[in-house]
Amino acid sequence: MVASVPLLATRNLTKDYPGVRALDGVDFDLRAGEVHALLGENGAGKSTLISMLSGAAAPSAGHIERDGQAVAFSSVHDARDRGVSAVFQEFSLIPQMTVEENMFLGAEHRRGIFLDRAEMRRETERILSELAFDLKPGRKVRDMSRAEQQMVEIAKAFRSELSVLILDEPTASLTSHEAEQLFRLADDLTTRGVGIIYITHRMEEIFRIGDRITVLRDGRYVDTVGIDEADEDRLVELMTGSGVGATFPAGAAAASGQEEILRLDGVSTHGGGARDVSLSIRRGEIIGLAGLVGSGKSEAMRAAFGALPISAGRVFYKGEEVTGRSPGDAIGNGFLYLPADRREEGLLMVRPVRENMSLASLGGERFRRGIFVDRAWERRVVAETSECLNLSPNRPEMTVDRLSGGNQQKVMLARSLICDIDLVILDEPTVGVDVGTRHAIYRFIVDLAEGGAAVVIVSSDLSEILNLADRAYVFHRGHIQAEFCGGDLTEENVLARFFGKESA
Amino acid sequence: MAGATVGSGSGGAADLLRRLFVRLGILPFLLVIAVIVFSLMSDNFLTGRNLMNVLRQSVYLTIVAVGQMLALLTGGFDLSVGTVLALASVVGALVMASVHAAMPDAVFVAIGLGFLAGVLAGTAVGVANAIGVAYFSVSPFMMSLGMASVGFGIALYLTGGVPVYGMPVEFGDVFGFGVILGVPTPVWVAGLLILFLWILLYRTPYGRYFYAVGGNAKAARLSGIDVRGTLFATYILCAALAATAGMLLTARLDTGEANIGASMPLESIAACVIAGVSLRGGIGRLENVVLGALFIGLVQNGMNLARIESYLQTVVLGALLILAVVADQVRLRYVASAKN
Ligand SMILES: Nc1ncnc2c1ncn2[C@@H]1O[C@H](COP(=O)(O)OP(=O)(O)OP(=O)(O)O)[C@@H](O)[C@H]1O
Ligand SMILES: [Mg+2]
Repeated sequence: MVASVPLLATRNLTKDYPGVRALDGVDFDLRAGEVHALLGENGAGKSTLISMLSGAAAPSAGHIERDGQAVAFSSVHDARDRGVSAVFQEFSLIPQMTVEENMFLGAEHRRGIFLDRAEMRRETERILSELAFDLKPGRKVRDMSRAEQQMVEIAKAFRSELSVLILDEPTASLTSHEAEQLFRLADDLTTRGVGIIYITHRMEEIFRIGDRITVLRDGRYVDTVGIDEADEDRLVELMTGSGVGATFPAGAAAASGQEEILRLDGVSTHGGGARDVSLSIRRGEIIGLAGLVGSGKSEAMRAAFGALPISAGRVFYKGEEVTGRSPGDAIGNGFLYLPADRREEGLLMVRPVRENMSLASLGGERFRRGIFVDRAWERRVVAETSECLNLSPNRPEMTVDRLSGGNQQKVMLARSLICDIDLVILDEPTVGVDVGTRHAIYRFIVDLAEGGAAVVIVSSDLSEILNLADRAYVFHRGHIQAEFCGGDLTEENVLARFFGKESA
Repeated sequence: MAGATVGSGSGGAADLLRRLFVRLGILPFLLVIAVIVFSLMSDNFLTGRNLMNVLRQSVYLTIVAVGQMLALLTGGFDLSVGTVLALASVVGALVMASVHAAMPDAVFVAIGLGFLAGVLAGTAVGVANAIGVAYFSVSPFMMSLGMASVGFGIALYLTGGVPVYGMPVEFGDVFGFGVILGVPTPVWVAGLLILFLWILLYRTPYGRYFYAVGGNAKAARLSGIDVRGTLFATYILCAALAATAGMLLTARLDTGEANIGASMPLESIAACVIAGVSLRGGIGRLENVVLGALFIGLVQNGMNLARIESYLQTVVLGALLILAVVADQVRLRYVASAKN
């Protein structure tokens, strides 16, 4: 690509938050028609950089150039009017509104003083079909899954003329199928001369669509490399300053024949999210649940945990029927579920890290002395766990909303490290987590299983399931479509069942 | 670790003040300003006797405000606290007076039964709020507004709108005007209640649950917390505290009245907000709320000493509340976009 003037560039861009320099003198440029990936560990400053490029925040020092001219975006709207649109890591959708209302929020089509609803409906349908997103314009956002909300968020960026598109971990909760849709779209856009800034922690995505890669570390610019001179090891080294071993630890073989810990017998949920689901999980096993967005894999597990009402079927935990019991009961008996949407259902954003980590454990004996919280013990456990997960910045009294996305995810995951558990369900456990930490989490999952607990991974990242799970169930439209274990658990076999072909 | 710690850099008093504001909120500033202004306006303001007076007068609001704080912490609020005060006062006085009339010798039986009846009557309003909010998901606003009307109606109906007399004088002597070790009895009662609440909030798991439910109810539920139970406890505790304040006030006035407490909903919410309790739930400290309530007492006392008309005092109070909310927003903006 020959482009003398970059579409968008930063000069010595710096951002300070109280007590932290989140970004420190970064020079970066985006050319027309390229996908420029931003890479860095959790808290490296990627989201901070794009918050300024997209007009969401103002720099503390340095400036931004658009087509070679210095600009100061006053707001996200201002940036969008100048052709720079961003899809943020944390969504900016209004849950009570419909898809189309959200799409045109703040930029409504009008006829005189009235809303031109027909026009907006047409536009929404055009954009959604162009993107090949299967969404109904009239649906309320609060009734949608995180992945579907992600699609709305992406679609929003397309409502006006676009020359720079910024995507912050857009595939975080999309399955590979939906992600592929997005990549094709990106290809299409770049041939039309649009420049794309792309943030992800998934290396294979970078190699799939990236042209150049800029690496950030501790808020500083490290290097920019072309895709053909980059390989995974080199990038990891640039990110961390040192190498990281293999991503997936070698797990012990499934301890088969062990005691059954969870069984679902024909479980269906209200609203039909999960239909007639039967499965069985034994101690020491790592089970993967795969399937498209909305295939019912999360719903089935939420129902087992007691977070979703069951309309038919029975749930057995440790040999005892627990159908319809509350999440509190489940946790009291060593059964924990960690949701996919950390902001919405996982974390108390306004409370400190310490309280968030220990929240689910306070009912247990280990955290109490009589009726009181054993605060010394709590502080110690929290400190150890933060250390183990490499939390950054490691400040237990800091409120969670001031952490970067990946570090928020770590705080939530820490709950399963702190509780006494026999069974844990991890719904999209590594969304937004950097390579190094991902490695630590996988290690931890394997350790848990070797210690005799059972781990269920609900994931849209197929490689995670293929590499970790002893056994996997594939969901389609609420049903279990297939079960694979051992040598049958291959990408080909699993993918073949994603779209609901006849079960073998 | 991301980035280097930013040095304190350029000093200056304004910068220091802004940092203090971001860190501590508006309350310390208001306190300092109030003390300076009122001690300039009246020589009697900054005397030990007057300050003890402020403390004694603020007791009722303080007890109500710490209850209100629980409701705010869980993301709701309680507009029926004034009614609870009134209902407790009326029912307590009626029971106490009739027991006293029946058994003039058993003074402390009358006081005990009357006190208990008052607190229970007030708490009953809280039970209704609790059922509505926790089990029928009625918004706290509607529920407590409705109960405020119901309770007030009952209090008026019971008394026909006239004060209730006939309580034993010992009630007033002990709970209204009594002094133990140089400190008024109501202050002791408030102190004990605050200590109890402090231990509940900051030393037991249940305290965390109030913050968790207000911080994110869905996350709290998935973490195994009994969200309904916590909400239930919130509104009952809030009403029980307000009812206790009602009985203490009754002892001070020596009559049961349906008209006391009308200003309590506004003043208690103001005390909390000035103290930095978030209206969105999940944020706020007990000690600050106590200070907030004392601050309001201080302002009222100061205005009385400075002979400011009582109608104008209401204006000042409303304005302070709004100022506090605005200041909180400004502070949030500083926190969000602090460029140091
Ligand atoms: N509002 C804030 N207040 C204080 N510090 C903040 C705030 N937002 C971000 N930070 C800090 O700035 C640093 C960079 O955060 P940023 O969100 O840019 O990281 P990131 O590279 O996007 O990480 P991730 O991959 O986890 O999303 C982190 O140390 C973070 O804690
Ligand atoms: Mg980020």
